Amino acid sequence: METTAMHIANGIVDGPVSAVFAVLAIAALAVCVRKAGHDLDERLAPMAGLVAAFIFAVQMLNFNVLPGVSGHLLGGTLAVILVGPWVGALCVSTVLIVQCLVFSDGGVTALGLNITNMALLGTAAGYLLVAGLLRILPKTASGLAVTAFIASVISVVVASQGFVLEYALGGTTDLSLPWVSGAMAGVHVLIGIGEGLIAATTVATVAKVRPDLVYALRRFRKPVTVPEVGVTA
Amino acid sequence: MGAGHAHPLHLEGVSPVHRLAPEVKIAAVLLFTIIVVLTPRTEFWAFGGYAVLLLVVAAVARVPGLWLAQRATIELPFVLLAVALPFAGHGERVDWLGLSLSVDGLHGAWNIFAKGTLGVVASLLLAATTTMRDLILGLDRLRCPTVFTQIATFMLRYLDVLADDARRMRIARLARGYDPRFLWQVKAFAVSVGALFLRAYERGERVYLAMVSRGYAGRLPQTDDRRAPAGQWAAAAVLPVATASIALAAALGS
Repeated sequence: METTAMHIANGIVDGPVSAVFAVLAIAALAVCVRKAGHDLDERLAPMAGLVAAFIFAVQMLNFNVLPGVSGHLLGGTLAVILVGPWVGALCVSTVLIVQCLVFSDGGVTALGLNITNMALLGTAAGYLLVAGLLRILPKTASGLAVTAFIASVISVVVASQGFVLEYALGGTTDLSLPWVSGAMAGVHVLIGIGEGLIAATTVATVAKVRPDLVYALRRFRKPVTVPEVGVTA
Repeated sequence: MGAGHAHPLHLEGVSPVHRLAPEVKIAAVLLFTIIVVLTPRTEFWAFGGYAVLLLVVAAVARVPGLWLAQRATIELPFVLLAVALPFAGHGERVDWLGLSLSVDGLHGAWNIFAKGTLGVVASLLLAATTTMRDLILGLDRLRCPTVFTQIATFMLRYLDVLADDARRMRIARLARGYDPRFLWQVKAFAVSVGALFLRAYERGERVYLAMVSRGYAGRLPQTDDRRAPAGQWAAAAVLPVATASIALAAALGS
């Protein structure tokens, strides 16, 4: 078993800034809980739990990008397209809390920072892009796949820039911010492309078989005719 | 970067730490980590004191040092970041073995290394001595909103089911002589991720209907409502109190 952390650890960002972002994360998640109730009512806990388990399970499926370099999904944009921004944010933050407590990935005091970046910033950017792009692109499986790819790449990079903002506010070492920003963006564009390819194909598969399960297509349900069930994409 | 989370870090065992109620352990680790993060980075010996405290806890919990050391490699990416800091930092510089290093960067590297390692080891000790189910129960007793504990409970229950589903799909693919492993074969992998979502969601709908027909109304029944006795809180408080004393002594001593 080889496991490396990818969430912010303790001691990277100072105490006061961590505390501010923890409060921010709690407030935003309270809004998400209320909004998610509208999407799922009393089905919230079982279905959100299932989506969270799905994100978690997908993170366990490693895929060799090249021999020796393995990548795996972060799953934020995927969750947003499939279950919507509110449930998606709740699922990603639950995954982060469990990873922190059960798997020691991400510092306990940095939980607010990690939730802000990945569960809030990442899903918000992902959802805004998905909602915007679907206005322009065709509402078909391939249109959705292109949307998923673009939204994944950008939302992963946006989430990484959330860290740059936090570092600018409370970084424990004086570094040149453009350097930090560039390094984070560079690494995350690569992660985002892998993420985007997998998210795109996954969403396309679901959209072909059960289009009713795709939250992002819900608003366009009426004009959409039932797509034919394809053999393979 | 990074591999998946294959196995939980729980280490079966019988020790005074294993027997403590989960909520007192979570509170102790949280307080310990907060004090560590708030300690000024130049109080070098205070961090040594914290490390000794963790070693004592590990010894009491009978968690082998090698096990801890192997799992602590999870923070390797941050150690690499720490190594880069003395070169990238600004301000006053010192010469060491012909290398020009930033003093602020050296302090920053020490800060990340010390606080990161202490935090990871504390979390590892918590995870090693507490089962996943107990951790969720502990969060619930610490008044964490029920939405989260419920989602987390369902997540942990479904996790193994989904992981097994994924494993079966992989074996089925291998049995048919196809093993996608490189970037240009990513499609086969992603299609199976899509199929996994469909299977999972449909299973969730079935399970949900079965639960509703058995009287589920948005909350699982509480089966175990025993609170931790005061003695356990006192026992767990030894760690944060000792940590705070070291921090206080360091603050007064400097």
